[in-house]
Amino acid sequence: MEKDEISPGAVVVIGGSAGSLEVILQIANRLPLLPTVVIIIVIHRKIDNDSILEDLIAHRSQYPVKEVEDKDPIIPGNIYIAPPDYHLLIENKECFSLDTAEKVHFCRPSIDVTFESVAETFTNRVIGILLSGANFDGTEGLARIKELGGYTLVQTPQSAEIDIMPRQAINRNIVDKIVDPEEITAAIVQFVNGLP
Amino acid sequence: MIKDEDLDILVAVLFEKYGYDFGNYAKASLKRRVNRLMVIDRLPSFAELLYRIKSDASYTNHVVQELTVNVTEMFRDPQLFKTIRDEILPGLATHPFIRIWHAGCSTGEEVYSMAIMLEEANLLHKSLLYATDLNPTVIENIKRGIFPLSQMKQYSENYIAAGGKKDFSDYYTAKYEWAKFHDRFKEKMVVATHNLVSDRSFNEFQIILCRNVLIYFDKILQDKVLTLFDNSLEKLGFLILGSKENLRFSSIASQYTQLAHKEKIWRKMK
Ligand SMILES: C[S@@+](CC[C@H](N)C(=O)[O-])C[C@H]1O[C@@H](n2cnc3c(N)ncnc32)[C@H](O)[C@@H]1O
Repeated sequence: MEKDEISPGAVVVIGGSAGSLEVILQIANRLPLLPTVVIIIVIHRKIDNDSILEDLIAHRSQYPVKEVEDKDPIIPGNIYIAPPDYHLLIENKECFSLDTAEKVHFCRPSIDVTFESVAETFTNRVIGILLSGANFDGTEGLARIKELGGYTLVQTPQSAEIDIMPRQAINRNIVDKIVDPEEITAAIVQFVNGLP
Repeated sequence: MIKDEDLDILVAVLFEKYGYDFGNYAKASLKRRVNRLMVIDRLPSFAELLYRIKSDASYTNHVVQELTVNVTEMFRDPQLFKTIRDEILPGLATHPFIRIWHAGCSTGEEVYSMAIMLEEANLLHKSLLYATDLNPTVIENIKRGIFPLSQMKQYSENYIAAGGKKDFSDYYTAKYEWAKFHDRFKEKMVVATHNLVSDRSFNEFQIILCRNVLIYFDKILQDKVLTLFDNSLEKLGFLILGSKENLRFSSIASQYTQLAHKEKIWRKMK
């Protein structure tokens, strides 16, 4: 029984690239504490501004925020951030793992890689959210989330600073919901509450 | 994505037929590698992959190379190299002889980086750098000392960020698309295959570097390999891991103290 208590009830996985930081900070700020939920953020960034992102998010959020280290446990009620220059994978329901494998869509961390890995492990308990960005990362992973029974959401192209990333996903026909940034947290809460 | 059962079969075949033991590798990454291998080799099914491995021994080297991740850089994490330069190398000057082990060093970029810093600290003449990897193909490159010229701009920036003061291009000769590093570096290197899963401790070192290798192992294997390092490190020696790896939860942790808080350097205290 103990296993059930520690494994997350739902996983919120968010991917963003250029122009997504503001939206991510807004989500972190507004999201009410959901103790059974794990939040995972993959954002493309320069290697230099290392721990700043962690601080930025932690400042605005009620959740403890951690940049993932190898084999860190997955604990509900936390926000986890993919570290720069590593792909972030789900090793099993209990822990993460990292990988320095080849870049995907010129990106490491790649949103596709994490989305796919989250989908494989947590299947229908996943909500995948794709935000502003100027490349093609994320769509493949979002499709995988959809395929394995999860829920998919993207930011409205009009609201995105750069709409290439959300548009790409919309064109693939795998998006369940398209919302403005202010409505994202409500959609997350609704998804989590709707789970059996 | 390939199924867990298929992965288990593949792992069993590689072990039984060829002695490579991937049994305790981290599954999430290994599965991606198998998928990637099937894509680049255009194998239509897992059965096809298995057939090739079983019927063609020469294919196995390629499989092992592709299942492992060989990505590396010179002076990767420049700040770490700066700390080694400023805080570790001066203390080694009193040693009559310096032995350093680069475990899982891939094509050798890290080994050349260290050799350059040792030379600048005037220590290279009394040093030996042991460069080992499980993969026989990648370590061939260390003996050649040849790296893509296109990378040199990045490496030169890393070198400067790591406290390097010289002109980085003095260390190699450029020819066509390649940079060949001077032979005096490789003369100080001992290059060999060594499998961290199955091979033993073979010497005692002042420094062991094993970066971005443990992330591919599960916790059980990580602990086993860390014990191997512990047995290969002299007292007051340094163990250096990758920037997102940690000694904290291992069984050897209590004998070690972390050096500078942000860097992944630990000193063996007893
Ligand atoms: C990502 S590279 C790390 C290169 C370098 N240390 C760095 O951080 O830049 C990982 C290396 O570990 C090697 N490796 C994987 N399993 C190993 C094992 N069981 N024993 C020795 N080396 C291994 C791979 O062949 C690969 O070259």
